[in-house]
Amino acid sequence: MNVILRNIHKFYGPVHANRGISVTFREGTIHGILGENGAGKSTLMKILAGYTPRSDGQILINGAPVDYSSPGEALKYGIGMLYQDPLDFPALTAIESFTIGLPETPICLPSKHFVKLFEELTRRFHFSIRPEIPVEYLTVGERQQLEIMRLVAAGAQFIILDEPTTGISIRQKEILFDALRQLASSGRTIVLVSHKLEDVVNLCSEVYILRQGKCVGHVAAPFSKAELLEYMFGQIPPPVSRCILEKGATVLWMDRVSASWKKTTMIRCSFRVRQGEIVGVAGLEGSGQETFLRVAAGIATPHEGDLYLDREKVTGRKRSYFKNRGIYFVPNDRLAEGLFPDLSLMDHYAIAFGGSSWLIPWKTIEELARERMETFSIKGQVVSKAAGLSGGNQQRLLLSLLPANPRLLLLEDPTRGLDVESATWIWKYLQNLAQKGTAIVFSSRDLDEVFAVSHRITAFFEGRIALDAEVNTTTVDEVQKTIAGLFRE
Amino acid sequence: MDRVRTILTVVAISTLTTCGALLIVGTNPVDVFSAFFKGTFSSWRHFAHVINVWIPLVICSCGLLFTFSLGLWNIGVEGQIMLGAVGTAWVMRHLADMTNPTVTLGIAFLMACLLGAIWATLSGILKIKSNVHEIFSGLGLNFVAQALVLWLIFGPWKRPGVASMSGTRPFPAAVWFPVPEGWRFSPIALVAALLVMGITAWIFISTRWGLLIRAVGNNSRAAEVHGISINGNFLLAMAVAGFLAGMTGYYQAVFVYHRLIPAISSNYGYLSLLVVMLAQYRWTPVPFIALLFAMLHVGSIQLPLTLNLDSSLGGVIQGILVLTTLGVVHFRRNS
Repeated sequence: MNVILRNIHKFYGPVHANRGISVTFREGTIHGILGENGAGKSTLMKILAGYTPRSDGQILINGAPVDYSSPGEALKYGIGMLYQDPLDFPALTAIESFTIGLPETPICLPSKHFVKLFEELTRRFHFSIRPEIPVEYLTVGERQQLEIMRLVAAGAQFIILDEPTTGISIRQKEILFDALRQLASSGRTIVLVSHKLEDVVNLCSEVYILRQGKCVGHVAAPFSKAELLEYMFGQIPPPVSRCILEKGATVLWMDRVSASWKKTTMIRCSFRVRQGEIVGVAGLEGSGQETFLRVAAGIATPHEGDLYLDREKVTGRKRSYFKNRGIYFVPNDRLAEGLFPDLSLMDHYAIAFGGSSWLIPWKTIEELARERMETFSIKGQVVSKAAGLSGGNQQRLLLSLLPANPRLLLLEDPTRGLDVESATWIWKYLQNLAQKGTAIVFSSRDLDEVFAVSHRITAFFEGRIALDAEVNTTTVDEVQKTIAGLFRE
Repeated sequence: MDRVRTILTVVAISTLTTCGALLIVGTNPVDVFSAFFKGTFSSWRHFAHVINVWIPLVICSCGLLFTFSLGLWNIGVEGQIMLGAVGTAWVMRHLADMTNPTVTLGIAFLMACLLGAIWATLSGILKIKSNVHEIFSGLGLNFVAQALVLWLIFGPWKRPGVASMSGTRPFPAAVWFPVPEGWRFSPIALVAALLVMGITAWIFISTRWGLLIRAVGNNSRAAEVHGISINGNFLLAMAVAGFLAGMTGYYQAVFVYHRLIPAISSNYGYLSLLVVMLAQYRWTPVPFIALLFAMLHVGSIQLPLTLNLDSSLGGVIQGILVLTTLGVVHFRRNS
């Protein structure tokens, strides 16, 4: 079906997220929506999917204006959306989760008809999910597959995918793209929202580029990457390269430490990091690197082994002790673990820089907040709530809360969900810290990133450090095999 | 602008609901509202009653602001008030004859606050050491406190001759808190309540502790990453809330009843929970909502006299207000 968005506006309080966007999506075509973080992509798609109401503008389906106010109603018009975090039911099995999301759900689950439908769809798209497997055991990629099947079975003619390639394997990405091509050739309209140029160039036949809430470009295949980048940023960001290492003294030493955090464990890991060194930690989700970083930060406590900071044994100390020794942690889930969603930016600066005095020097803090926000180009007001910032700005806020010279900085997926420009900026900043002697340990799902900036690479597999090597002595291929458990052969 | 709209919606819905309920019972709402007005504003005597309810409500609500900011449901506040009253009564029984009245009143005050704080800290310790939710420990401790009060009244502290629900023997008149001739409430207590309100506001605006407890309440996991002590703040906030609840109990014993009675808390603990919820956990609206609640409380006493209605109508209106507010606010947030 053909869908036209005409002059869409969206205000979130004072923030004008969409500023009169007009786009046309044609039947049987795969469209891309490209833009950096905070450009207004997600907002536009949420409006189209009925998740958020628009402030102004029109939606036309096959030429007729329509109005709907929930994802359920949008699906009745044939519009379905696959969210970054799939909306399924972890406690149910795949077939139950699939059936329950369909309009004509039967009272007793799962009936034969639905099992048949489920298996037909998996065959058609070459997916490999078994109906009786619990959803919580599925990977993110498989949960996406499940959601696509549900949308197709529910009669979606128009499918929106929001950053679908984040956190899935290369193989799963291929399967996903094949399925999307198949859907398009059967007459469905597909919209892919992404900030990853590769994905858009490989899959889409036309692309709309958003910048600062406006649609700034409309390009058809074949694409020139340089042209797309210029539309996105106005200028082409230079790639990041490794900085020179001057090794200093050992900052942190872990001696055969075992610990667990949530459901992940690390087993007898020994590790050492020096001043000025940047260590990249690779590993599939849940392999132990999550626990490793939190033990180093003093958030998780080892139940075996010891931890030394500058040769002083600190096993079992509180997080505040680690923090006072200059050890800082920037978690992956920014709103859940790093920031206080309902507190203002100024409150955050007061917590980080207020010192130990009883009274908060609000005047000084406000000046400092403005200065920090300027330096880190955080788009927002000092009184805005952290939850109102876009992902990139949240990450910049987290970094701007760090002191000028931390001893050791632990970062979890520091550039997750960020556009190229923000990611480059963040690495420039971190490398600058390393040059001044800060030791940096970061985990990342993106091996290219790990290889681009690290001096040393540590790879986790099933809770153990399976590889620990200088970057020149290993290869992407070797690390990939290690984190997948193939090093044993 | 949004806030004004929310308030207007709440007022409109709760007025309509109340009028509807009154019409069903067969009473003219206008009569009821005029009775409320007469009961609270018609004379200085009536208004003094309102202030006498407002003082303990404000003191107790301020304590709850701290625990609510941390995300703690301090249901145990009722028991903390009772313990405050018990502490007061103990000092009055045992020390009144030994020192001069001012010293006795001072010691009783400290004792009341201390016992309230200890009682609240018990809930806090159970939470951080044994992971018992503060709602359950609070409810449990409320029952224990109530049992303690009843046991004292009918056992060791019973009136000479016959124990009775009307409470212990009144404290010696010398240690009743002095009230100026014709005032009917103590200006010192009023000043104290305003002071508590002011200090609370100051803590939230200007101090690091006020900011830290809001931070822990908003996201305890981030608080841990930022090296903020979570358990320590739990205990401290509980202790402060208990301290102020104890002060409330002291007020009830020394100003209002001059003895220990079974219903010494007058349910002001639960009422304060409603006040703070209605204030959306912010300190600014607390004195005004407390005033409204005090007026409803005092005004409803008029109802049986003039209209032959049960005085629990005041409670019904308070309940309607809180439920409408929560309903409207959540509706706004979701849409």
